[in-house]
Order: sequence, then structure tokens, then C-alpha cells
Amino acid sequence: MPSSYALGVRLAPWLTITLLSLPVASGLAGVIAPAFGFLPALGGDSLTLTHWQALLDRPGLGRMVQLSYVTGLVSAGASLAIVMLFLGAFMHTRVFTAVRRLLSPLLAVPHAAAAIGLAFLLAPSGLLSRALSPGLTDWQHPPDILFPGDPFGLAMIAGLVLKEVPFLLLMSLAALPQCRASERLRMARALGYGPLSAFLKVVVPGLYPLLRLPVYAVIAFASSTVEVALILGPTTPPPLAVAVLRWLNDPDLSMRFMASAGALLQLGVTLAALATWWLIEVLVRRLTRRWLSNGRRHNGDAVLGGIAFGAVSLSLLLILGSLVGLMLWSLAAYWPFPEALPQPLTLRNWTRAAASMGDPLTQAAVIGIVATLLSLALVVGALEAETLHQRPTRPWAQLILYLPLLVPSVAFLFGLVLMQIQAGVPPGITAVIFGHAIFVLPYVFLSLGESYRRLDPRWAHLARSLGASPARVFWRVRLPMLSVPLMTAAAVGFAVSIGQYLPTLLLGAGRVSTITTEAVSLASGGDRRLTAVYALLQLAMPALGFALALGLPRLLFRRRSGLLTSV
Amino acid sequence: MHSLILENVHIALEGSSLLGIDTAIAPGEVLTLMGPSGVGKSTLLAYIAGFLSPAFSASGRVRLGERDLTRLPAEARRVGLLFQDPLLFPHLGVGDNLAFGMIADGSRRERQQRVEAALEEIGLEGFAHRDPATLSGGQRSRVALMRVLLSKPKAMLLDEPFSKLDATLRDEMRQLVFERVRQESLPTLMVTHDAADAEAAGGRVIELND
Repeated sequence: MPSSYALGVRLAPWLTITLLSLPVASGLAGVIAPAFGFLPALGGDSLTLTHWQALLDRPGLGRMVQLSYVTGLVSAGASLAIVMLFLGAFMHTRVFTAVRRLLSPLLAVPHAAAAIGLAFLLAPSGLLSRALSPGLTDWQHPPDILFPGDPFGLAMIAGLVLKEVPFLLLMSLAALPQCRASERLRMARALGYGPLSAFLKVVVPGLYPLLRLPVYAVIAFASSTVEVALILGPTTPPPLAVAVLRWLNDPDLSMRFMASAGALLQLGVTLAALATWWLIEVLVRRLTRRWLSNGRRHNGDAVLGGIAFGAVSLSLLLILGSLVGLMLWSLAAYWPFPEALPQPLTLRNWTRAAASMGDPLTQAAVIGIVATLLSLALVVGALEAETLHQRPTRPWAQLILYLPLLVPSVAFLFGLVLMQIQAGVPPGITAVIFGHAIFVLPYVFLSLGESYRRLDPRWAHLARSLGASPARVFWRVRLPMLSVPLMTAAAVGFAVSIGQYLPTLLLGAGRVSTITTEAVSLASGGDRRLTAVYALLQLAMPALGFALALGLPRLLFRRRSGLLTSV
Repeated sequence: MHSLILENVHIALEGSSLLGIDTAIAPGEVLTLMGPSGVGKSTLLAYIAGFLSPAFSASGRVRLGERDLTRLPAEARRVGLLFQDPLLFPHLGVGDNLAFGMIADGSRRERQQRVEAALEEIGLEGFAHRDPATLSGGQRSRVALMRVLLSKPKAMLLDEPFSKLDATLRDEMRQLVFERVRQESLPTLMVTHDAADAEAAGGRVIELND
């Protein structure tokens, strides 16, 4: 064990950096050459701009670009605003404690499942319209409204906001103590500022810099999402990322050249959205400089607080409504339109799905477990190296951690696929596992990092002075003492893996199907009942993971109460 | 037992000198180090025990008799540590906490017997399987002391060991700790804010100033 420990601590930081940066860098490099016509495997052996020309000539390209760009900025802006107003109005209150408990389960909901739930709730023939019809609306038939799939992408933005609010809220919870938010807030309150004004004027200037990378990750994801756009987004034309995916799945292989150009354009659009956001940051800092110190202690605290409460309640109601909708549809047999409830309820949809769901469930579980274990081993190794050498994290390390979340995945994954073909590597479950690990690792690191670094160094000192080697301290003291945060990080990683759509689809070349790829492809078909079953299964897997993560340490250490409360 | 010798020890933080000390602590002697916070008392203990943070630089040597500790890893120094918190490992039972520091020799049964005997010595017989979280403050402090002693240290470092105990317990623990380090002839270095600690130790006192 000691030698494997020493080797692990030496290698893990480098392997982590490699896993995070190499696929992104080589994937991007892999689309550049084909975008300019060079891809010998498909007969492209000269540099040309014709594929860019073809891309620019695509009807509706401007609209696609605009949709992606606007969606990225608007959904990030709305999510951030909701989170800031909510924290400002409710930090140090009971509402806050209640919402805090809901966060991890909410975060574990895959994007696709949330999108399907929202679609089933808000569609013209969805649960909401059924609940109100015909009593309030007089509708005997579903109204002819294009929603979800509205041309402005509002449904898509709503779906994204619903998922990004819990993410930003969780990131804020980690950042608040770091910027000494409670002290700042108390100080300003003592000076007579209203709660929300105090938060906006005193805490946000310290909190935002810590949230910058998570917000950028939200912009990058929202401007290039595929699965949410497939379920909730407009179709003619779709957002750019969806179009790129279509081109690269086109049976006509020569379309891949244009798809490469499209992938690069997607990178450009995301970068443009990020640059715009950065400019807005500068502008806001300029414009609020006076306002910060103008001495006004109440800036519509009551109104803004009300808005915050409304927004958060609405989000929770939408989530709850989506869940109820999914359950009802999964149990529905015959359910004509204005009826609020299906009658009779049946388990037939589940038994029908049972025949085909075994394979996607097992695949998803195997991929999720292996990708999580791989990430966890690397993250723990990297953190242990950091602890052992008492090295503070360097700023660029944080950036590398966020790299896979900041570069549009459709761009670099497609590059990886092209390289896979070029190198003759067969697509399949191994490639998919590595693909998932790229996205799982950052979340595992973010989840575990604080706990690992905050563990009192005196525990290790004490154990060493009692004669334990660094390896023994790691295995016998640090790991068991961190078992609760370790299990939580594993559950987070597993949930992230279950939610992955694009890496499974692209790196598996359609041969690997998980519960999520099945759910997304069912959602674009017409079978709501079967789709609901798969969406619920998508929810159930991460939920099972979290239940295990919470339950297992409590079972193993049921007679060690200090471990469950102190760490 | 050998003396703990601090030979021309100088510790500096980013180039500026923090403290210097040159002394020898005889077996069974308790040397008290006093001074305001920030003068580097705990840093000195970290240096002796082998955990000096890389932000600091140190010169000089630490010896136990003829044995030079300066370049040894912390686990090979055989220097026992007591903190202001008992720091019983929360994932181990009381008995396993004691066994953690014991040298891995003898059969399982013998080790168990040694743990039982140690528990009896501090009035906690039959506590081996208890969750440390269920112990009282005084019981935890006694287990912590016994855990260090069972690791057979050659010297002891006390980092404000009584500051978190209430008044009655404090006297009791002072007595117990000083009695045991004398019994085992351990050269002992104590860092404290409390003049009463120094008085109870009854040995030399070094005042550190800024």
C-alpha cells in the first residue's frame, strides 16, 4: 500500500490536469483541420474555405447563432439575478435553511429529465392547461400555441434557468464563508442598511468574483446545450449546437467538414457570449460605483424581496409540477385532453418499458460508477498531494478545472470523434467512460475540495507523531474521517454522469445507449407515457446514489456519532 | 531516557526572524514557554515535531541525546503531542484510538490486553468499544494522554493542553500529565498563556517577546 500511495500522490495531479485539458485541447485541434477541408480519412487533403462558405449559406444560420448567444446570456443573467435576490432576501432565515436542504437533490436532476418534466407541464396539452381546463379557460382542445419549441427559445431558457439556479446557489453556499459574508452583512445591518440593500452593496462585491467561473460555466453550457434544446428549443431553425449535431450525424459523410466549421463557429459564439458578459461586468462595476457608497440604506427591499420569494417559489412549483406530471403520464392509460387526471391508472407503461430498459439502465450504471471511481481516485490523489506538500492552489489550476465546463462540449467532443476515426479507435463504452469522466471530475473536485482542505491539519500531525506514515495517515485517518464528503462527492459525480447526453452519443457512436440518450430520443417522438417512464428512471438513478451516499456512512459508522456531525 | 536538545534553533517567516532558542530539556523536566500569541510558540512545536509549514524557514538542530531529529520524518521522531483539544479519532472506538499509536508487535490478544490495562489505569475500564463522542470532556483528555503514552514517545510537546478544560478538570489534568511525564522521564516542552500552568509544572520558564 505505501508504494501505491506514493505513486498515486505523485501521478494524480498530472493525470488530473491531463484528463481535464488534453481532450479539450486535442478535441478543438481536431476540428480545426477538417473545418478547412483537411481530413484524409474522408478524402479531404487540401485546405479550402468552401466548407465555411457552405456553412454561411445555410438558411437560418444567423437565427441559429442569435438563439445560442441570447439563450446563453439571458439564462445566465436570470439565474444569477434570482440567486442574488434570494440570498439577499433570505440569508439567515428559515426559508434559506429549507431551500438549502433541497439543493443537492435538485442539482442531481439531469438536464434532460428537467426539460421533459417542464415540457409535460407547460405544453398546450400539458398538466397545467389540463388543470385549468375547461373550467378557467373554456378549452375543449389543446390551444394551438407553439410551446415548448417557441421561436424565441423562452421554454428552453426557462428549462435552463430551472437547472442553473440550484447550481449557482450551491456554488454561492461554498463561496459565502470565503468572503466572510455573514460578518459583512451584520456590519452593514448594524449601520442601518435593509437586508437586501446590505447584501447587494456589501456582500455581492465580494461574492461575485468567487462566482465568476461558475457563471461563465453556466453561460457556456446554456449557449451550447444540445439536450435541453432538443426537448424545449425551437426547431426551425434550432440553436446552433443542435444544427451542428445534425450535420455531423448526417449519413452524408462529407457534411462532417461543414459540421467542423459549425463546431468552431459554436466555440466563437460561446466566446462572444462570454466576452459580452465580461463587458457587462465592467459596465456594471462602473455604473454602480457611486450607488455603492451613496448611503441609501433601503433600495426597495420589500419589493425586491417579494420578487425573490416569488421567483424561488415559482421555480419550486415548476419542479414539483413537472414531477407530478411525469408520474401521472407514466401511469396513464387513456387520458383525453381536458381531463385533469388520467383514468384509470395503470402500470402497463412500466411493464412495457421493463422489457427494454434493462440494457440502458445497466450501461448507465456501469459508465456512471466507473467514471465516478476514476474521477474520485484522481481528485483524492490531487488533493492529497496538495495537502501533503502544503501547496496552495494556483489560480490557473482553478481555470483548468473549469476548462471542460467553459468550452462548448459539442465543439471538442466532435474533434475527439474525428481523431477517434482517424486513429482507428473503435467507439464504445471505454471511450464513453473517459468522455463522462471529463465532465464528472470537475464536479467531484468542486464537491470534495473544501472538505478536504478544511480538515484540521492537527489530525494528521497527531497521527504522524503517534508513528503513522503519510500513507497510513491517508488510509486510516484522512479517508475514513472524510467518508461523508467522499460519499457525497461520489453521488454528485454519479448524478453528473447519468445526466450526460452528448459524450455518450458521440463517443459511443450510437452503439452505447443509456437511460438519458433513450429519454432524449423518446422525447422527440410522440410517446409521452414511455418518455415519462424514462425521465423518472433518469431521476431515480441519481436519487438512489444520494440515498446511498447519505445512508451508507450512517450505517457503517452508526456508533461513531462524532464522525457524522463534526466533519 | 535522553534530553531533548534544541541547538541554536532559529525560525524565520519570509525572511524576518521569528524566534531563536538554544536549550536542553532534561528527562522528566517540564520547560514552559510563555509569550503573547504570534511570537511563534506553536511554530516551534511544529518544527520540533516535524511539521513546519514551508512558509517558514528554520536553522539549527533538534536532538534527542545523540540522535539528530532534524532531518527525520515526523513519524520517526517519537515525539508525542498533546493539543488543547483531545482530538480522539471520531471514526475509531476508544480502544482503537489507544491502539492506533501502539507499536505493531505482539498478538492481537496481547495488544487488546494492553489497551484494557491502559483504560483501567485512567479509570475507564470496559470503555474499549465506546464511541469517543459519548465521553465526557475529562474522559476524552485522559484517553488522549494515554494514547500518546502508549506510543512510547521519547519526548513530549504540550500545546496549551489545559486551556479548554474547566477549572476543576484543569487541576486534575495538570497533575495527571505532569505526574506521568515525570514517571516516564520524558523531556517535556509546554507552550501556554496561563501562568498557573507554568507554576503547576514547577520547572524553568522561558518568556518569548516580540
